[in-house]
Amino acid sequence: MVSPLDHKLVRDLWRMKGQGMAIGAVIGVGVMLMVMMTGLTVSLTETRAAYYDRYRLADVFASVARAPDRMADRIALLPGVAAAESRIVGRALIEVPGEALGIQAQAVSLPERGRPALNDIYLTHGRMLDGSRSDDVIVLESFAKAHDLSPGDTLRATMNGSRRTFRIIGLAQSPEFLYTTAPGELVPDDARFGVIWMSRSSLAATYDLDGAFHDLLIGLTRDARQDAVITAVDDLLDRFGGRGAYGREDQQSNRFVSEEISGLEAAAKGVPPIFLAVASFLLYIVMSRMVQSEREEIGLMKAFGYTNAEVGTHYFKMILAIAAGGALAGCLAGIVAGRMMIGMYLIYFKFPFLVFQLDPASFVIGVSASILAASAGGLFVLRRVFALDPAAAMRPPAPANYVRAGQMGRALARRLDQPSRMVLRRILRQPARMAGAMIGIATGMALSVSMITIYAGFDRTIDLTFSVVDRSDATVSFTHPVSDKTLFELGRLPGVTHVEGMRHVPVVFGNGRNSYRGVLTGLPPDPQLNWALDADMVPIPLPDRGIVLSVYIAQTLDLRPGDLVRIDLREGRQPILEVPVAGIAQTLLGSPAYMDLAALNALLGEPGRVTSAALTLDPARADALYRDLRDMPTVVGVSVKAQARDAFVEIMDTGAGSVRYVMGAMAFIITFGIVYNAARIAFAERERDLASLRVIGFTSGEAAFVLLGELAVVVFVALPLGGVLGYYLSFGIAAGFSTELYQIPALFDPVSYGSAMLVVLGAAFVSGLLVVRDLNRSDLVEALKRRE
Amino acid sequence: MTSPAFTTRGLTKVYGEGHTAVHALRGVDLEIPKGEVVVLLGPSGSGKSTLLNILGGLDRATDGTALFHDTNLSEMTDRQLTRFRRDHVGFVFQFYNLMPSLTARENVELVTEIAQAPLDAGDALALVGLADRADHFPAQLSGGEQQRVAIARAIAKQPEVLFCDEPTGALDSQTGRTVLKVLQDVNDQLGSTILMVTHAAHTAKMADRVIHFADGAIREVVLNATKLNPEEIAW
Ligand SMILES: Nc1ncnc2c1ncn2[C@@H]1O[C@H](COP(=O)(O)OP(=O)(O)O)[C@@H](O)[C@H]1O
Ligand SMILES: [Mg+2]
Repeated sequence: MVSPLDHKLVRDLWRMKGQGMAIGAVIGVGVMLMVMMTGLTVSLTETRAAYYDRYRLADVFASVARAPDRMADRIALLPGVAAAESRIVGRALIEVPGEALGIQAQAVSLPERGRPALNDIYLTHGRMLDGSRSDDVIVLESFAKAHDLSPGDTLRATMNGSRRTFRIIGLAQSPEFLYTTAPGELVPDDARFGVIWMSRSSLAATYDLDGAFHDLLIGLTRDARQDAVITAVDDLLDRFGGRGAYGREDQQSNRFVSEEISGLEAAAKGVPPIFLAVASFLLYIVMSRMVQSEREEIGLMKAFGYTNAEVGTHYFKMILAIAAGGALAGCLAGIVAGRMMIGMYLIYFKFPFLVFQLDPASFVIGVSASILAASAGGLFVLRRVFALDPAAAMRPPAPANYVRAGQMGRALARRLDQPSRMVLRRILRQPARMAGAMIGIATGMALSVSMITIYAGFDRTIDLTFSVVDRSDATVSFTHPVSDKTLFELGRLPGVTHVEGMRHVPVVFGNGRNSYRGVLTGLPPDPQLNWALDADMVPIPLPDRGIVLSVYIAQTLDLRPGDLVRIDLREGRQPILEVPVAGIAQTLLGSPAYMDLAALNALLGEPGRVTSAALTLDPARADALYRDLRDMPTVVGVSVKAQARDAFVEIMDTGAGSVRYVMGAMAFIITFGIVYNAARIAFAERERDLASLRVIGFTSGEAAFVLLGELAVVVFVALPLGGVLGYYLSFGIAAGFSTELYQIPALFDPVSYGSAMLVVLGAAFVSGLLVVRDLNRSDLVEALKRRE
Repeated sequence: MTSPAFTTRGLTKVYGEGHTAVHALRGVDLEIPKGEVVVLLGPSGSGKSTLLNILGGLDRATDGTALFHDTNLSEMTDRQLTRFRRDHVGFVFQFYNLMPSLTARENVELVTEIAQAPLDAGDALALVGLADRADHFPAQLSGGEQQRVAIARAIAKQPEVLFCDEPTGALDSQTGRTVLKVLQDVNDQLGSTILMVTHAAHTAKMADRVIHFADGAIREVVLNATKLNPEEIAW
């Protein structure tokens, strides 16, 4: 026989289904995020590991100006090195009909025939090289798809100043190019960056590198010490212009994937607890209200001889049902959401296969954490159940005392009509209860504010990056450090209105034991197109001696202005020296570091050199100008800012950007959960009063005013409070979301605050509607019979 | 005469402290024989409910002893009191105190579920004449019917003692008589001792023994030579 208490449980749950579902939804969202994010973490981590393993991605990468092949053989013999594969890489400009500029691409050598020992490719269409023809190429699949290229088509490209025609024999993916971006950009755009693989001999001829190499891939043995191998490799390659070997963790594509994984990991740990804490708070409020209204029933059960444990269990089951229901729904939603997200990841990360894998632990953790959090909220209430003594519970409670509240509001009350007085007195009578509701709603507001602010921050990132930080129209990169006379040449081209030279040098920054591999950018004095900006977006002047670091580097290396930073330049004569940190730049994309151009050239002993130039141009003459640029032999590529911006905007609007709506929806769920519960409780506490009003002859609208007036007052006080809370919360979350690749500014953005307010007001409005519906449905006679 | 079901000596109950203290019981000495119908009569506020609650194990005395057969209720732990209520006692309250979310039958089952030798819930409802209303919720029953469900619930465990605190207080005379009749039947058929609190003097006519109570103490105890059948009581 089902226990009558379980009948009661089921009926009570049904009666409070709205509140139960609101709380369950908050729990569910928390668990969904956890299941989804841990699942994604596992999927990405394991798929990446399997992919790297199967296609033998190198452990250590080294590039060098030009080293003879025998060096590769010597390095292969180093202790800890399992395999070494030398190759040639270069930049190419691919001609595509309708694209005046050509598309930047990377050319990578493969052995004449057979598979490379390291960094193998995954052939999706066509065939591998067989050494028969020097114009055979394999093209990165995503790029080929974006341009409708398939095996059999021809491809024209400019490499090292000469134009060549190739024949596509295959399409491929590669673990080395999981995430590809055009040089200097951060978001992938399949159409605007390509990779072509071709035979070693063909590339050697192009770059005049017979019997020599550019690039070395090294596979380590299981027990190898990576840093020892790197040091040994650096020593050997130094003479040949080694740029410094680095591990897989610094490999560009891998770095992006790692960033994403660690971001997911952090979010999976940080975000769900917020939801569970809110749910715990809600359960506490709802259950304490329930226990209070059922004190007679509790007393009765105790009078009949039910033990504390039995009565407690009854209420605990209710908590359990809500928590478990929410958590299980969250698990299911997490699986669905995870599957969808995996599809989105495939847009960014070119895995040959990627299936959403569940982390069974996340189910266990998600469900048990929900139950734990819910119980934490419920346990406080259970204490009260235990404390209720049966005789006291059977006595009807004295009427609520409004004497004090009546006095406090008397002066004010004189100016108000009767219903307003009821609203006011109730608020004054139960300041703690009201404060609880306000804090709850303020929390919802704060969460909405911070979630929306963060996503406004992304928009802001795009805006600032492409209009304030970088004011150029296009950036030209050169094949090698060229004389700054080239800048005059550029300036004379028709259509160019302003030219500014820059020099990018690979560098390893260091402070004590910490180091960071990045790029040092030399900027001309008083630049107009690219500059270092402080937190207020004011340009930081570059001193003759000293360096300006972006926030991320400064934080990673624990440096403040005035400290000395070690810089290890990986070009030319490769000087290592210490320079003072002159300032910290507020950057939004990437983690650059800036130095005065002349000072940087002086350090390298190469005065008057630049590696790229920023241009502003006359849009009407852009196409002709692009053709001119393409024909300049020293120009290896041109990035057009508008294109980079479009790519970024597209990514924000489709993939990552859609998360903003999800965030908005989650903020709504949380806020709705809080507001609806507050409204329900106010309703339950006042049902009898409201019924009395109706009996006296108030219309249902007037009765609703008494109820909603209170809710409105609470919400309007909570809004500014939540705004302030949200302001601080945004900074915390922004710091958490910021990575090496992009930093999210937590700015005070009135639009975000407005949207968050709309979310809260929307939730309040819906809650109000639901409660008024209940009010209109409630049976007057029933409500009056209830002794409370 | 068999040994009394309850015996109290100097039973005292004080609510609060200092000059706000309320002396609800001021030394009550009392014996309640097993199997009798005992009516506790007195004005409102005289301490009747307090006494009933202490004897029923719902509350504790400040001083004095209260024995249930040979066991001292004052010395019992909370756990033992719970046990005592569970095994020996039934309660009927003035405001019925049914669980609104349970049907009549389920309200009765609430008790049979934890009792040692319970009646069938349907039989208990039949005893109070409500067999056909078993699946109704309290909201669908009249006051008298609700009270009869409450009685069915109280007797379903076949308690040794049935405590009724103003069981007819909220009922009209005809319904009140029906309820009293049910209580009398329980006493006849199950042999339960009944201790009933009331401030309505006419109810006393159905009792074996009437205890007049005033100001926290017993005024007099009257034994009824002739018990009236509740149906014959003039209201
Ligand atoms: N919990 C309590 N706290 C303080 N005083 C109480 C409490 N319960 C009862 N009293 C007081 O004790 C006295 C006896 O109450 P009660 O036993 O309920 O009387 P009766 O049932 O005869 O009407 C009354 O004066 C009442 O005010
Ligand atoms: Mg009383």
